[in-house]
Amino acid sequence: MEKKIKLNLITCRTIQQGVGMEAGKTSQKYFDACTIIQMHPDDFKRLGAWKNTNVRVSSSVGSVIVKAVETREDLVPGLAHIPMGPWANRIVPAYTYSTGEPCFKGIPIEVEVAMNEPIMSSIDVLKDACGLSRK
Amino acid sequence: MPKVVTDIICPFCGTLCDDIECTVSDDNKTILSVKNACAIGAEKFNHQKLPGRVTRPRMRQADGSFKEVSYDEAIDWTAKMLVASKKTLMYGWASTSCQAMSIGHEIAEKVGGIVDNCATVCHGSSLIAIEDVGVPSCTLGEVKNRADRVIFWGCNPAHAHPRHMSRYSIFPRGFFTVKGHKGRKIYVVDCRYTDTAKCADTFIQVQQGYDYELLNAFRTAARGESLPDTVGGVPKEKIYEVVAELKEGRFGIIFFGMGLTHTMGRNHNIDIAINLTRDMNDFTKFSIMAMRGHWNVTGSGQVLGWQYGFPYAVDLSRRDQARHQTGETTSVDLLVRNEVEACFYIATDPGAHFPVDAMISSSKKPTVTVDPHINCTTEISDIHIPVAMVGVETGGCAYRMDNVPIETRKVVDAPEGMLTDEELLTRINKRVDELMAAGGA
Repeated sequence: MEKKIKLNLITCRTIQQGVGMEAGKTSQKYFDACTIIQMHPDDFKRLGAWKNTNVRVSSSVGSVIVKAVETREDLVPGLAHIPMGPWANRIVPAYTYSTGEPCFKGIPIEVEVAMNEPIMSSIDVLKDACGLSRK
Repeated sequence: MPKVVTDIICPFCGTLCDDIECTVSDDNKTILSVKNACAIGAEKFNHQKLPGRVTRPRMRQADGSFKEVSYDEAIDWTAKMLVASKKTLMYGWASTSCQAMSIGHEIAEKVGGIVDNCATVCHGSSLIAIEDVGVPSCTLGEVKNRADRVIFWGCNPAHAHPRHMSRYSIFPRGFFTVKGHKGRKIYVVDCRYTDTAKCADTFIQVQQGYDYELLNAFRTAARGESLPDTVGGVPKEKIYEVVAELKEGRFGIIFFGMGLTHTMGRNHNIDIAINLTRDMNDFTKFSIMAMRGHWNVTGSGQVLGWQYGFPYAVDLSRRDQARHQTGETTSVDLLVRNEVEACFYIATDPGAHFPVDAMISSSKKPTVTVDPHINCTTEISDIHIPVAMVGVETGGCAYRMDNVPIETRKVVDAPEGMLTDEELLTRINKRVDELMAAGGA
């Protein structure tokens, strides 16, 4: 039985995400910068995962595979961060509380180890959601 | 002989750094090196010369692949889509010039579009609050020359506005701030110990989502009233101490970002931050400024503001009046509720930055994307029209985050035959006129 842990997720810009975005949305730099979830060391222990393990992150709207990493921008236990991008947005609820702004921060998520699951490319992660993937 | 172009305006973030230098090849086609820019800005200029750039419009085929089409075909298809649709979402505008926006709005008036910009998922909440309570703000020059108390609340310029701190807010020496960093007290309020926090004199770690409570506590402390032991995870002693220090300053500034606009409370967080600024003005001079992220998103707000009276999410589908209602005419809500018939995206990438449910809805509609590069949105659009990069291959007016307009410069020539945003929109506008004259709407 795989362990699942509950965390609070925020999505933000990182400079690596910005550089990757300008290098091109299909570039390796963008992929490396955005396909991560930054977690606190205590949460790695709770999850029973090594650093740099692929995990499945699920919210009320869906799930996405990203790589769990430690961060130098310290988080408190229970708080996780995925840089903004199509991967993070697979699990961002579109509800805006009548303000026009979706819930990009403060998303309740569940994280479980998915060591052998591949991470999709930026285009595929969107096409897959929209049902446009070529089989 | 390569030549050096100086005083270039960087087209990445709202800081609009105006001191970039590029070395340009003899034929004026390639940027060889970039000086003074941050990592992201340099990448933006370097992207100009990346191999594999799309130079002609592409149309998606039934099997999902793209075929090249002429600009004329793409313009005709786009104009027909705009004329046929009763309500078109025309979203983006943040990476283009104010001149191009103006032409886009003219098209929107004719075809009944809804014009929205990136503020809708960014500082839209701030704009609601500013409409509600006003904003005591200043220019970045005043910050550089006067500010000795600088607060970064829910923003991380070290990552999102990399040269903001060195040009305006922390390190520069100004007229009344001759000691530079040493003469300023820097405060960072965030739920993470960010790279910006590492430059701060005082880091205040607020519990995620408790910004409203903490801002309220700052106001309470400023009025000398009593506080509970902790507010949002911050002990009351620290709040009293920080507020006392802020009162001693000669000029204070609050910079705020997505940490306030994206969390629970949205516009109310900004509302109370503005009210805190107002309260602090009873003791010293205080200002507040939104850390606008996307390059010319401020300009889009300005142009929409002076044309229609609203800074974003302007519904022109009734033709005779402009409407703006957050939650109703904002892009994400329109898409999620399936209320538009077609989508026209320009100078932005909602595919990467909108929640997936909005993009699933968008992908089912006729879509045209105008962008210099391949991005997530272009790949799910019916037509991708590449254009020259504004600020690199063509000039135009852009607004800095403090609402100062700056004329940007052309650095190199665009690839042969490539249109600029202005040229493309002018031609679409003309084609729309022709179709409507022929009874197309």
